[in-house]
Amino acid sequence: MRRLGGLWELIVAAALVPVAFLVPHLVGDFRLFQLATVAVYFVAILGLAILTGWSGQISLGHGAFMAIGAYTSAILVFHHQWTDWLTIPVAGVVAGVAGLLMGIPALRLSGLYLALVTFALAVSVPSLIKKWESQTGGSSGLFLNLHSNAWLYRTTWIVAAILYVAAWLMLRGKFGRALRAVRDSEIAAASSGINLALVKTVAFGISAFYAGVAGSLLAITAAYVNPNSFPVTLSIYLLVGLVVGSLGGLLPLLLGAAFIEYVQVYASKLAPEKPGLPTLVFGAALILAVFAVSAIRPLVDRWHTVREQRGPAAVEET
Amino acid sequence: MLFFSGADFAQQVVSGLSSGGVYASLALAIVIIYRSTGVVNFAQGEMATFATFIAWSLMNHMSYWPAFALTCLIAFAGGVVVERVVIRPVEGTSVLTIVIVTLGLALVFNGASSWIWGAQVKSFDSPFSTRPIHVAGVAFSIQDIGIIVVSLLLVFALWLFFQFTKVGLALRAAAVNPAESRFVGIRVGWMLALGWGIAAMLGAVAGMMAAPVVFLDPNMMLPILLYAFAAAVLGGLDSPLGAVVGGLLFGVVLNLVSAYSDFVGGTLKLPVGLVVILLVLLFRPQGLLGHTSVRKV
Amino acid sequence: MPLLELDHVYASYGGVRALHDVSLAVDDGQVVGVLGPNGAGKTTTLRAISGVVHTTGAVVYRGKRIGKSPVQAARAGIAHVPEGRGTFAELTVDENLRLGAYTIRGRADERRVLTYFPWLGERRRQQAGTLSGGEQQMLALARALMARPRLLLLDEPSLGLAPRVVRSIFELVSKLNAEEGLTVLVVEQNANVALDHSHKAYVLEAGRVALRGVSAELRDDESVRRSYLGY
Repeated sequence: MRRLGGLWELIVAAALVPVAFLVPHLVGDFRLFQLATVAVYFVAILGLAILTGWSGQISLGHGAFMAIGAYTSAILVFHHQWTDWLTIPVAGVVAGVAGLLMGIPALRLSGLYLALVTFALAVSVPSLIKKWESQTGGSSGLFLNLHSNAWLYRTTWIVAAILYVAAWLMLRGKFGRALRAVRDSEIAAASSGINLALVKTVAFGISAFYAGVAGSLLAITAAYVNPNSFPVTLSIYLLVGLVVGSLGGLLPLLLGAAFIEYVQVYASKLAPEKPGLPTLVFGAALILAVFAVSAIRPLVDRWHTVREQRGPAAVEET
Repeated sequence: MLFFSGADFAQQVVSGLSSGGVYASLALAIVIIYRSTGVVNFAQGEMATFATFIAWSLMNHMSYWPAFALTCLIAFAGGVVVERVVIRPVEGTSVLTIVIVTLGLALVFNGASSWIWGAQVKSFDSPFSTRPIHVAGVAFSIQDIGIIVVSLLLVFALWLFFQFTKVGLALRAAAVNPAESRFVGIRVGWMLALGWGIAAMLGAVAGMMAAPVVFLDPNMMLPILLYAFAAAVLGGLDSPLGAVVGGLLFGVVLNLVSAYSDFVGGTLKLPVGLVVILLVLLFRPQGLLGHTSVRKV
Repeated sequence: MPLLELDHVYASYGGVRALHDVSLAVDDGQVVGVLGPNGAGKTTTLRAISGVVHTTGAVVYRGKRIGKSPVQAARAGIAHVPEGRGTFAELTVDENLRLGAYTIRGRADERRVLTYFPWLGERRRQQAGTLSGGEQQMLALARALMARPRLLLLDEPSLGLAPRVVRSIFELVSKLNAEEGLTVLVVEQNANVALDHSHKAYVLEAGRVALRGVSAELRDDESVRRSYLGY
């Protein structure tokens, strides 16, 4: 996840665009629904990547920002009769503001402490939803409008594509460099004039914006939200998707998103009477992925050291 | 606010101490691992649930206390195995990496619990009768008192272990000073495993005390884990005494707030945990009894 | 056969070489000094014996190769008092002593050790971190003795201590050597006091053995003192 895929990634992504157009003609209707859900996870994981992968702040509570986005959309649609896709940016902004607000205390909370607080936030979300029953519909939840799976597929992937390109541009530019500097060494970053507080808070806000949009998309695809849509496991699944997809750059996160969706799909097919299988698989995958990364990391570092020793010319070739 | 009856208040305090005892046990588990590794084990709750399910199965074949004891042993062994097999490979990496592994463990145990025993809620026997006992004219639940007693006995037994046995001393030494401990011949890695074993056992007890009240299902310990985090943070993450004090204190406060505040009531208990964690970590991260500069391995 | 032998030992930290081809021998019942300036590799020598640092070459103790881990050394009867005393500051004096006897079966016998440090007996419940530097060094020594070691590795015992205290520590080491037959390998920057209390010494320079000899001879040789020992 350290090195951005760069131009290659954008080329591959561009090549996928015509594929995306062909897909509805090639696969069954229900597959389109699954793929729409993959898009939802992809957007959420993009957000998490910006926060954790690029600015180095861990969040175990991104499900909470998804919930904020989802319920913003649901409330606008259900209580105020908005057109659902118009609520998407609003949901993102509302969640983004919440993220900015979360980012301020987060400045004082290092790694582990931030993990604890965001975990507590994720666990508290269903309670908070149920408390404000009049708006959120409490345990009964809220309904949104139904759409065809093809419509859902198109809408979610258009949004995902836009946000992906936005993220790519953002991270290539000055902001991305600032983020990486902050992640690698806060002291060095601060002494080169980067406003740590601003960068980290903005990262939180942007990350939450993405999660909020994802939440909104989730609400629209499911056409229903209730407190149980956002358990703490959702936040951890996002982390699994991030780790599994962290091969470098943004596009591989797509694999992470697909992983989350399809493990659940196949688990319920293979072992419908055995709940808990997807959770088990995700847990094992997360542990194995971490093992793999920590085994590979020293090798990668050694490779980089060797290249440096060969001299500046060799390094410049990369 | 409602009419404030003395008897009612006393009952709520005792009831709060009882849940507090459960939180304290789990918080103690968290602190033991934190002190020796700097890592918060996010799987502590799910491991406890898994152990409680094992107890449930055992209780179909034997009476309560033998099943309780056997579960404690199994949990202990499980904790040791988990540390040696899953944590040891990532021992030298950053704290956050290990935390992510514990999150993976949490998912594994949660999924395994669902897989093996199903998601349906089960009832769990209590060794204590549900009859009330009358002290000074006020009715208290024997169950509550029983839980308080068990928790305190457990903490006392652990205290004896850490203070007066060779292994307990070695564990403490390895937690505060692993490098020096090796010079004395202590196998620090096995001390860590031992710590995980003890923590798992504490979690199992917490689960078995909680299950009769909150009923047994794969997600049973999630709220309790949050409250245990709040208790541990409140008491000081590196202070075992703090975990106990924090647990009891938080249990009582939570119960009183939930009983006497209409706003909080029964619905906003979890956010109370969130608020406590946030405020303590922001304004006094060492908690009530912890130390400011917490040593890392 | 010497009690301890280092045979062409190389040691490095990361990629940096700290010991080049160091060979030395310690006979049973001797006090041997390892001297030299800062950064010469003295501490690394002890670490190589305890197995804290990665080495190539042989470290042989009582005929067996050691140097895998500090735990292995401790269990073999080697007591290592590291730089900075190595006391457990947060634990009490009593607990420090009990930890010293970790590798010994059965109950820790403090009385034997306390005959050399009677004043420690009164400070049992005191937190070790609140003792003075000299007292902590004594405590570290006492802790080492609790394991009934054959070989004592002492790393810079004089660091940060007043001369009078340093002398009393070395006098104690000599006493232990004479009365209990304790073999000692002591690393010291203060060559003067080390040579006064050892049988033989090695002088290290930039990770190599620059000089070796009988302590009394080294001490009396002015040119050696001036070139190698700085006084």
